[in-house]
Amino acid sequence: MKFSTLLAAGIALAVTATAAFADDISGAGATFPFPVYSKWADAYKKATGVGLNYQSIGSGAGIKQIQAKTVTFGATDIPQKAEDLAKFGLVQWPQVMGGIVPVVNLEGIAAGDLVLDGPTLANIYLGKVKTWDDAAITKLNPSAKLPALPIVVVRRSDGSGTTFNFTTYLSSVSPDFKAAVGAGQAVEWPVGVGAKGNDGVAANVMQTKGAIGYVEYAFAKQNAMVNTDMINSAGKRVKPKLESFAAAASNADWNSAPNFNLVIVNQPGDASWPMTNATFILMYSQPDDKAAAAAALAFFDWSFTNGAKMAEELDYIPMPVSVIAKIKSSAWTTIITK
Amino acid sequence: MSTADETMQAIPHVAKQQRARVLLGMALGDKVFALATQVAAYLVLLVLAGIILSLIVGAWPAMKAFGFEFLITRRWAPQLEPEPVLGALAPIYGTLVSSFIAMLIAVPFGLGIAIFLTELCPHRLRKPVRLAIELLAGIPSIIYGMWGFFVLGPFLANYIEPSLVAAFANIPVLNSIFSGEMVSNLSLFNASLILAIMILPFITAIAVDVFSTVPPVLKEAAYGIGCTTWEVVNNVVLPFTRVGVVGGVMLALGRALGETMAVTFIIGNSFKISGSIFAPSTTISAAIASEFAESSGLHQSALILLGLLLFVLTFFVLATARFMLMRLEKRAGA
Repeated sequence: MKFSTLLAAGIALAVTATAAFADDISGAGATFPFPVYSKWADAYKKATGVGLNYQSIGSGAGIKQIQAKTVTFGATDIPQKAEDLAKFGLVQWPQVMGGIVPVVNLEGIAAGDLVLDGPTLANIYLGKVKTWDDAAITKLNPSAKLPALPIVVVRRSDGSGTTFNFTTYLSSVSPDFKAAVGAGQAVEWPVGVGAKGNDGVAANVMQTKGAIGYVEYAFAKQNAMVNTDMINSAGKRVKPKLESFAAAASNADWNSAPNFNLVIVNQPGDASWPMTNATFILMYSQPDDKAAAAAALAFFDWSFTNGAKMAEELDYIPMPVSVIAKIKSSAWTTIITK
Repeated sequence: MSTADETMQAIPHVAKQQRARVLLGMALGDKVFALATQVAAYLVLLVLAGIILSLIVGAWPAMKAFGFEFLITRRWAPQLEPEPVLGALAPIYGTLVSSFIAMLIAVPFGLGIAIFLTELCPHRLRKPVRLAIELLAGIPSIIYGMWGFFVLGPFLANYIEPSLVAAFANIPVLNSIFSGEMVSNLSLFNASLILAIMILPFITAIAVDVFSTVPPVLKEAAYGIGCTTWEVVNNVVLPFTRVGVVGGVMLALGRALGETMAVTFIIGNSFKISGSIFAPSTTISAAIASEFAESSGLHQSALILLGLLLFVLTFFVLATARFMLMRLEKRAGA
């Protein structure tokens, strides 16, 4: 289960061991964007000869590493507040996006057969909707054959940016969920079993009849899991796919979010997937090692220009061009590299 | 002549000197060796003290914030702003109950196997069976976790637990212990069963060792006056070896309390205290393993405090075991 993380850690170690002598860009943090950062890094190394040493140790640990100045950039799934950024003199911007999808294991139900809305999903995770033939679900799915099976709620046991975005969404659509649980990386779940990592949740849902879970879209797709559709904030039924994630991303109002402090769940728009999440980069505005900071910025600039297709191949969503322009003109200009 | 005399006189003197030098060297060697062993022993104590100290330092903010309430609070809500509400009752409950159920299963099985191996098993089977059981102890706990997750959990949830739930459905008390409300692949009972399998070899291996210390003449005498195997085991073997058996059981309990990886896989990691053993739960070590990496501030401090509690809990178990052994020895001596 933890194999992928172990492998990631192993690769990170191997990279540190073999290539630390080169002027590699060093970064640490979120596990969610690790595959796409690795892919970009491989291509970037081929193009420029500069490597990336990224340790996917988790958002919280990444924040601690950048605060301790052991890395050139930190990566986090949870945008930092202005006062936290100011305290350490950090600059923040979103680098790439993804989507979170509900996945289910029900006999005779295929991907896209089922649709849920935010309040119903929240009530399932509150333990108020207990069985699959509950009126709240059948009302949304009049044609689906739903069994009288109890719903086995599966969620993350480890602290996670995915959980943060998922609970932020449920809190934004359900006042009950906001009052009883709230949003966070690790929360007090009223019901359900906890599994470690996206892969743990995925494996658990696939094994348990009547289970529901939430995973990053890439995991659902790679494991060919049965995902549900969602009713978005415009009241429209949407499917989880790159187009609906991109629609949500382009509708997100980055312009009125100072420091890009924005959680992009529940965005407006007819085509928007409601659970879209961004992952962020943290760097010092006055870095001790200006050359290293310049190298890191060059890598991110290259990724914005050349990395969109690679990101989509791995089921990530590249940042919209308008947002990239804003990142370059605002966040990046405050970083002193000379 | 004179030089020869001098040489004759000088020889014993040189020999004495050499002797003294060799002796001095030996004494020095002894001293260095004693010092080295002493340093090694004290170094371990120093490391132990350092671990306790760093746990206390790390746990201090949580101790200050929650105080004694930490031990009796059922909630675990790290997401609350501005201050999280965190309590250790659920993980402590899960730790104690999962270990208790594991002992309930593993002790009779483990001792039974040991009795079989020492008293009843045909000689040519003894070695292979014992080897197989000892191999169980060598399996890394992550393997148990994976097996529990992919094989045992689904098997129990699909075939065993529903019939247990149905069997006890109409019996008060038992129907809440074996409640089927939340049956899934991950539960307190599954974790306990895995723990039982994991600690079984410890109990068996130690019991076999101590059972074979029983002087054959005692057993032969008992058989000679017509005792059955059960009577020999119950009246001769067990009384003769109880100290060692209790020691093995306590060692196994210590392992069960601290087991992390396998339990994290299959217990369901839910900070809820449920009467049902088929409900998901959590243990102290599983909670730390799951949440530590992404924790910060008071949340992290509370996890360190949980670690300190486990440390104290394990210490008390071992201390109790020592105390019991001492009393048993005293009684046996009297």
